[in-house]
Amino acid sequence: MYQTLIVRYGEISLKGKNRYKFEDSLVRNIRYALHELAHGRIRKAFGRIYVDIQHDNWGTIVQRLSTVFGITSISPVLHCSLTMEAIEQSTLTLMEQSQGKTFKVSTKRANKRFPIDSMTVSRELGAHVLNHFPQLTVDVHHPDINLQIELRDNGAYLFNSTIPGSGGMPVGSSNKGLLLLSGGIDSPVAGYLTMKRGVTLEGLHFYSYPFTNERSKDKVIELTRILAGYAAQGKLKLWVAYFTEIQKALEKNPYSGLKITLMRRMMLRIAHTLAEREGALALITGDSLGQVASQTMESISTINAVTNMPIFRPLISMDKQEIIDIARRIQTYETSILPHEDCCTVFVPKNPATRPRLEQALEAESHLDIPGLVEEAISRTESLIVSHKIDFL
Amino acid sequence: MHTYLDNSATTPMLTAVLEAMSPYWQTKFANPSSPHHLGVVVESTLNQCRQILAQLLDVKAEEIYFTAGGTEANNLALQGLARAYGRAGHMITSPTEHDSVLQVAHFLEQDLGWDITYLSVDRLGRVNLEELRNAITPRTKIISIMMVNNEIGTIQPIAEIGSIIKEVNQVRQDKIVFHVDAIQSLGRLPFTIHALNIDMLSISGHKIFGPKGSALLFVRRGIQISPVIFGGGQERTLRSGTENIPAIVGLTKACQIVLQSQHKNIIELTQKRDSLLEGLAEIPGITFNSHRTGAPHIVNLQFAGLRGEVLVHFLEQRGVFVSMGAACTARKQSISHVLQAVGLTPEEASSSLRISLSSITTMEEIAYAIKVMQTTVTELRAIYH
Repeated sequence: MYQTLIVRYGEISLKGKNRYKFEDSLVRNIRYALHELAHGRIRKAFGRIYVDIQHDNWGTIVQRLSTVFGITSISPVLHCSLTMEAIEQSTLTLMEQSQGKTFKVSTKRANKRFPIDSMTVSRELGAHVLNHFPQLTVDVHHPDINLQIELRDNGAYLFNSTIPGSGGMPVGSSNKGLLLLSGGIDSPVAGYLTMKRGVTLEGLHFYSYPFTNERSKDKVIELTRILAGYAAQGKLKLWVAYFTEIQKALEKNPYSGLKITLMRRMMLRIAHTLAEREGALALITGDSLGQVASQTMESISTINAVTNMPIFRPLISMDKQEIIDIARRIQTYETSILPHEDCCTVFVPKNPATRPRLEQALEAESHLDIPGLVEEAISRTESLIVSHKIDFL
Repeated sequence: MHTYLDNSATTPMLTAVLEAMSPYWQTKFANPSSPHHLGVVVESTLNQCRQILAQLLDVKAEEIYFTAGGTEANNLALQGLARAYGRAGHMITSPTEHDSVLQVAHFLEQDLGWDITYLSVDRLGRVNLEELRNAITPRTKIISIMMVNNEIGTIQPIAEIGSIIKEVNQVRQDKIVFHVDAIQSLGRLPFTIHALNIDMLSISGHKIFGPKGSALLFVRRGIQISPVIFGGGQERTLRSGTENIPAIVGLTKACQIVLQSQHKNIIELTQKRDSLLEGLAEIPGITFNSHRTGAPHIVNLQFAGLRGEVLVHFLEQRGVFVSMGAACTARKQSISHVLQAVGLTPEEASSSLRISLSSITTMEEIAYAIKVMQTTVTELRAIYH
């Protein structure tokens, strides 16, 4: 029934000279999100994007669009010519498909050459609806059906539903960030939330095979694949850092209570070096304040001391349940809770230090060849491009 | 020439399906639960198959459970739900369901003390929505209705049934679970599981050019069912037994093929079916048991005064392979319960044939089948006259 979707975007229309760049990113991402679906023209106009519908698949299209960052809302609309007869007819078509007992009509007249003012249009259409649907009543405050009409240069647009989008900014409209991806619940959510702010994401996983098993890596690849669904072109790069030698060195180290602190410091050093080499401007972690021993303020401070690169921690103030809710929504949760060991769970000491001081960490590290270990891990790091779409068959 | 027109019984495997399966017998043969690399590789295949099917069916991967056949999927759905429920409830179904639903209903009634309501069906095999609504009681737990009937191609009003159940469930603590056997409809009738408010749905591979022994049951997240087969806890404990990876790969490939070309296939199937109907209509003394509003791959018709079984054997001598109805029914040599349920007399039912097409049936084969049937019927009528 619907002919077009109005796709609205919020913040990006405010960004001055960068506006066109943002809009182009958004249109590109929309095209990609819909590339497997039948649809008509996609065009920018009046600070919105219009997606023409060709078949009866607007529901599927709306569903795909609702995961594209930068979109604030979507309305399926009927489009007709700028005559009262045509508008009245479309109004009836729309009302026939609507469910409810009360309604209201609101009109926006962007095209001031249309001879009838918006109040009159609303009133006349309201009367028209009442004539044809005598069981309906008007309720201007809490209507079941909110019929909206926009009168524009190229015709009238009618709609009665507005579906919320994901918000945020188009992926690819901001710089590159490197996400430390463990395989747990938190880090994929952190990655998702930074992508929501337009960041071009790359993942970094620390792989300690044969201390951990191949399934733990497969799990991270699967999480990356799910996240790639929100990325530009449905693809994400994943770096798999060789962490085995570092694990061995840390196991031998006598400061067992500091093991996690030292491991995290090693991870950040590797991430920092890789990010600099690859042109990423920030590191992203799933830290949530106080959640585990390595995420107390003392721990974060001691761990953070190895790098001056900004570290984004979008989950810092969130409770576990809030994080789980997002993980479920973005569909990473089920994979995250698969019971495979990762480097953090295999090597976790019985009593990890919750208040590790920097001097202690430095003392412990004085027994280690830090530059050598970092260099070895980086040189044996591999990358793969993970595609959201599965096409192994 | 020969033409296979018994595709509702089973379909041949497509070469592409066979090829997709072939590495998983000898090369990637490991047990997906094994800890080593070979197992990991196969486990990854299993996960990918589940993901692909989830995308194709527009459901979540963790809502898919692989079984060893459509019959098992229906059993797992209904017995599994009854076991999880733990007390005798009430089930509503139709008399034209497949035996893998009807026999479970019978078991629930005889052994577990359930009450079963069999809705009446009209001449075309459709259930009555008002009757269904009135049949619902506070004890109703399961409603199981097939999407497309395997003998006469009836398309049941699944969307309407789903809406009624959804409406009823809104004011109930103990929700009714809606199970749909979609084994005959996949690839022949587009559907969206969530839009239809379906809670459990069965699909089988060998009806869509996939391997025998491959099937899946969709179970909406939140629906509690118990296993029917116990063991090593595969399929998240709902279906123990080492996963049949070749079959699962074959099922996935087959679903991919039929769903991606579904639109085109349905248009072509309808053309083939219509041309068959047109040709058969010229044979004197026939009555159609199926209807144009049904699924596009099934034609069921009576030949007054002839026995369906005799006709099947005369036709096979000339290379036209059809059946009297469900293959399982034929084995028992009983009269089709479906045809009786839609009001046919035993004589009418036993003079009926089912002709079922597939997307690889050609127009030439249809033309040939029409010609053979015309001459065979004339010949047989001359004998019996």
